[in-house]
Amino acid sequence: MSKLWFDVAHLLAGGMLVLSFALLYQDRIAAVINVFALQAVALSLSVAWQALVQGAPHLMVTAAIALIVKGFVIPTALHHIIRRMQIHREVEEVIGSGLTMLTGLGLVALSILLVQPVGEVSIYVREDLAFALAVILLGLLMMITRRNAVTQVVGFMSLENGLVLAATGAKGMPLVVEISVAFSILIAFIVFGIFVFRIRERFDTVDVRALDRFRGERRDVS
Amino acid sequence: MALIVDFFLQGVQMMLVVAIAPAVLGLTRKVKARLLRRIGPPVLQPYRDLWKLMHKEAVLAHNASWIYRTAPYLIFAATWVAAALVPSYAAGLLFSWSADLIAIVALLGTARFALALAGMDVGTAFGGIGSSREMMIASLAEPAMLLIVFTVALVAGTTQLSAVATLFSTGSAGLRVSLGLGLFAFLLVAIAENARIPIDNPATHLELTMVHEAMVLEYSGRHLAMIEAASAVKLVLYFSLIACLFAPLGIAGPGAAASDYALGIAAYLGKLFVLALLLPIAETGVAKMRVFRYPLFVGSAFAAAALAVFLLFVSKGF
Amino acid sequence: MPGIDLPAATGLWCVPGFLCLAGVAAAVGQRKLATPLIYGGSLALALVALGAALTCFLQPGPPWTLALPIGLPGIGARFRVDALSAFFLVVVNLGAAITSLYALGYGRHEEAPARVLPFYAAFLAGMNLVIFADDAFTYLLAWEFMSLASWAIVLARHRDPANSRAAFLYLVMASFGTLCLLLGFGLLAGPAGGYAFETIRRVSHTPFAATLAVVLALLGAGSKAGLVPLHVWLPLAHPAAPSHVSALLSGVMTKVGVYGFTRIVLDLAGPPNPWFGLTVLTLGGITAAIGVLYALMQHDLKRLLAYHTVENIGIIFIGLGLALAFRANGIKVAAALALTAALFHVFNHSVFKSLLFFGAGAVLTAAGERDMERLGGLIHRMPQTTVAFLIGCAAISALPPLNGFVSEWLTFQAILVSPDLPQWGLKLTVPAAGALLALSAALAAACFVKAFGVTFLGRPRSAAAKAAMEVDTFSLTAMFLLAAICFLAGVLPGFVIDALSPLTAMLTGGTMPHQAALPWMSIAPIAESRSSYNGLIILTFLIASGSVTAMAIHRFATRATRRSAIWDCGFPLDAPQTQYGSASFSMPIRRVFGTVVFSVFERVDMPRPGELRAGSFRMRIIDPAWRLAYGPIARGVASISLILNQLQFLTIRRYLTLVVCTLIALLLLVATWR
Repeated sequence: MSKLWFDVAHLLAGGMLVLSFALLYQDRIAAVINVFALQAVALSLSVAWQALVQGAPHLMVTAAIALIVKGFVIPTALHHIIRRMQIHREVEEVIGSGLTMLTGLGLVALSILLVQPVGEVSIYVREDLAFALAVILLGLLMMITRRNAVTQVVGFMSLENGLVLAATGAKGMPLVVEISVAFSILIAFIVFGIFVFRIRERFDTVDVRALDRFRGERRDVS
Repeated sequence: MALIVDFFLQGVQMMLVVAIAPAVLGLTRKVKARLLRRIGPPVLQPYRDLWKLMHKEAVLAHNASWIYRTAPYLIFAATWVAAALVPSYAAGLLFSWSADLIAIVALLGTARFALALAGMDVGTAFGGIGSSREMMIASLAEPAMLLIVFTVALVAGTTQLSAVATLFSTGSAGLRVSLGLGLFAFLLVAIAENARIPIDNPATHLELTMVHEAMVLEYSGRHLAMIEAASAVKLVLYFSLIACLFAPLGIAGPGAAASDYALGIAAYLGKLFVLALLLPIAETGVAKMRVFRYPLFVGSAFAAAALAVFLLFVSKGF
Repeated sequence: MPGIDLPAATGLWCVPGFLCLAGVAAAVGQRKLATPLIYGGSLALALVALGAALTCFLQPGPPWTLALPIGLPGIGARFRVDALSAFFLVVVNLGAAITSLYALGYGRHEEAPARVLPFYAAFLAGMNLVIFADDAFTYLLAWEFMSLASWAIVLARHRDPANSRAAFLYLVMASFGTLCLLLGFGLLAGPAGGYAFETIRRVSHTPFAATLAVVLALLGAGSKAGLVPLHVWLPLAHPAAPSHVSALLSGVMTKVGVYGFTRIVLDLAGPPNPWFGLTVLTLGGITAAIGVLYALMQHDLKRLLAYHTVENIGIIFIGLGLALAFRANGIKVAAALALTAALFHVFNHSVFKSLLFFGAGAVLTAAGERDMERLGGLIHRMPQTTVAFLIGCAAISALPPLNGFVSEWLTFQAILVSPDLPQWGLKLTVPAAGALLALSAALAAACFVKAFGVTFLGRPRSAAAKAAMEVDTFSLTAMFLLAAICFLAGVLPGFVIDALSPLTAMLTGGTMPHQAALPWMSIAPIAESRSSYNGLIILTFLIASGSVTAMAIHRFATRATRRSAIWDCGFPLDAPQTQYGSASFSMPIRRVFGTVVFSVFERVDMPRPGELRAGSFRMRIIDPAWRLAYGPIARGVASISLILNQLQFLTIRRYLTLVVCTLIALLLLVATWR
């Protein structure tokens, strides 16, 4: 394995992680979507690089799916949604951005700690796993710290980016799995989209707290 | 004889950073003015300003103490010494080992301490507001700076700037996302420390959000000249640090020939020129931030630097 | 080589000397002559003890031991002087000597000297004895003696209810600390009851006992030193004492706590586990950050300094934690570096914290005020105190070329070696601790810009501050001596590092490279190619470039100066209250860290336009340690005692039943335990 190979893989995977942080930093929904698109592009580059190095052409399909669906189709659709609903304003956060980022750093440290004892695999696989786990955890973090349904969708899809990164790093998952994952994401996106519209129609907001209020779970509206 | 040459080379660096500093500042102002479709003052205007200020009488408040009068010289001296210790055109100069990166940052801390005290000396509300904010920004920037140092030290195995520059100029550090992140974090810290937009606006004197200008509001004459010169030198220092850590191409190694030194100076001037072009371009693109947005701005530098350290651990440790 | 027998014995003889002095003070305390007599005597004795300790410290040799047939039968009282105790004896007696010198002037303003003088001498004796002790019994006895003597001084001004409350809290925490140490020594001594340190050192401890002993030492010594969350008594008790005693409490007694921890964990408890290092390091980092953040929020100058002690203890414990971690992994040079950094900071902090408390005492004497919101402009009234205090502020803010920077720089260097550690937990924690250290260093600078700027600069905020007068010569001499040490230790740190190397060799098995061999008297923690620093050259350059510039401008440009009114953007306000004060200076930092660290309660009462009443702003900051740790404990104790209260009103038969039941339960326990 040459050094350059490793460096480029490191660069791309690390770039995805950085973009995950950028997602947490952004405070406008349009910017969040753009960063997400960028992350998808980074993912597809990373997967394509793996395909090249591992000599696994089917990974190219994955890369193409990531690029087209998540890099272009979904962001365009999301932009469309926020334009139609006029919610391209600031992201509503549950806790402050600074604290979220500190928590995120802690999660990255945690994922490095978790992956470190995984033995008997080569060093780049472990590295990929560490990055992927971190991206997944950051996606989860984004989902729990944002109130807006659109940002939650983005968090979910960023989480899925992490999953794909993990899978490709671990020497290829079968194409069938890939495609089914990709489709499940698409379906999830559609479900979320409808969901968002339904919340919007019913409560005139996309703040998910509206659902809590509807279920009578939360009396105080903080 | 060799010692004399060493002294001379160190002296050249010491003089170079001071001599070039107003021109660098003038260049950034010029570029910024052109970007705003103004003509702007000539590039050499800061020299004339300094000259004029130095020859004007200094006006002191009745209750100004000796701290107020000595602080400008201390600020200038500390900044100058720090700048003279950052390798600019050659690595391994005579005194380059007398302070490593951490010590250089701390020397700037000494200058900041003196400036903040000077701001509080006369007892005005403006001076206090500036000092208070300056210290807040510094306390936020310092952890990020330490992590940047940590990143560099992890890659290079040393915090000695000459050694880092020599190592990095061979290109053996490779393509590293961590160094990129470190650079990003360093840029943010440099913007915060040099009181540039979006943290502070160096061009105004009468804006309530000001930090640096509020501290020096009462200063005039030669004292003001010293402080202005110090902030120009500080800008050059940060440019040199960026050049030395992240783009050390062309730096003459220890014991190089005279032509190498000439090349080194040319390369250094070229790097300063490029950075002085880039800074106003970046500044023009953003708006000044509210004071309580600073933590997030500097905090993202911290996050980037921490990520850089983590990524290095991942790639080195496994 | 004459060995260290004579100086060590001389040092030990100073302890009864101090005790005699305490007796004399108790007898003559009311007289007018008592103050100079006792402080003069303490000064002389402390100087002798300091000379003896310095001789022991600079003359490495085999440890000196002495066993006296007093105390517990079978153990006696053992004393020992080795490199570690010699170092701490230097710190203690240096502080004691200079404090006594200061007190020769400052003590004259004491209202009730009879309440301070006897305990002062006894306190010095106690601190010395703790460090001489070489068995658990003597150690604990001396420790408790020291605690009680200092408690009595804290209580000296008992009429103020805040002081007596602080003293009570101190007593509770000190007893808790002693209890922990007692249990810890019990664990280390084991069932055989070998209480002599020599025996403890030889016995190999089970991992469980060693771990528990380390935790207990952390609690016991940490409560004396002021580790978060055991620090709550410190910012209340230290300022309550007279200022020179505050200097001793903050600058010196906390170091005795550090000594206790170092002795038990690095010397007695056997080979460390890397996780000890992690725990100590984390606690140290948190302590440093919390300490300085709360220091920034204080308006009382002495309480600010006391909170700041907590920060410095945190820095010391970061160093100790690193030393433990490195030693556990056999990285000896790095362990030596970390330990040197910690001990250097012990020395430095004892110097500049004493200096700053002296300065605060001088301000208190001169202006009768320690609330910074009522001070200001003292630079014109007390020019010499100002210079000394400024040097102390710069040193404690870790500014080159003074001494505080050197020890923090060494700590940073030790942190930079941390990637060599094999444990991943440590690898990831150490940079975080480093970031906390950097944060606290920068906040310390902010804190002392505030402390100095609000107190000494600007315009006076009260009539008392306007009328302040410079203090006496004794106080000034003491302050300038300490300021000189700050300079010397900052400019020539190599000598201190070299002097510490036998000590690091004893505790970690490694030493830092010999610094005196380096050219130009610079210091290099590991190798010159890795990092080096030269305070002397930096200082020379600073002076040279600053003065050359100033002279050049004065000579070739102009030196014309005109005095005029304050400009302040053309709208100066006369009232001194319009200056930035203590609360306003720290407001941005309070806002930034507010949600995470502070529990701030703000109440703003803003009259509506047209209303004529005055607006008001109230703010209360509560240390989260109270809310998170002590509140639940206090509530628990209260509810349990409420339940147990019923036991007071039983018949005799029921009492007997209780006794018998307890007896049977214990017997059952013994039976099943076998």
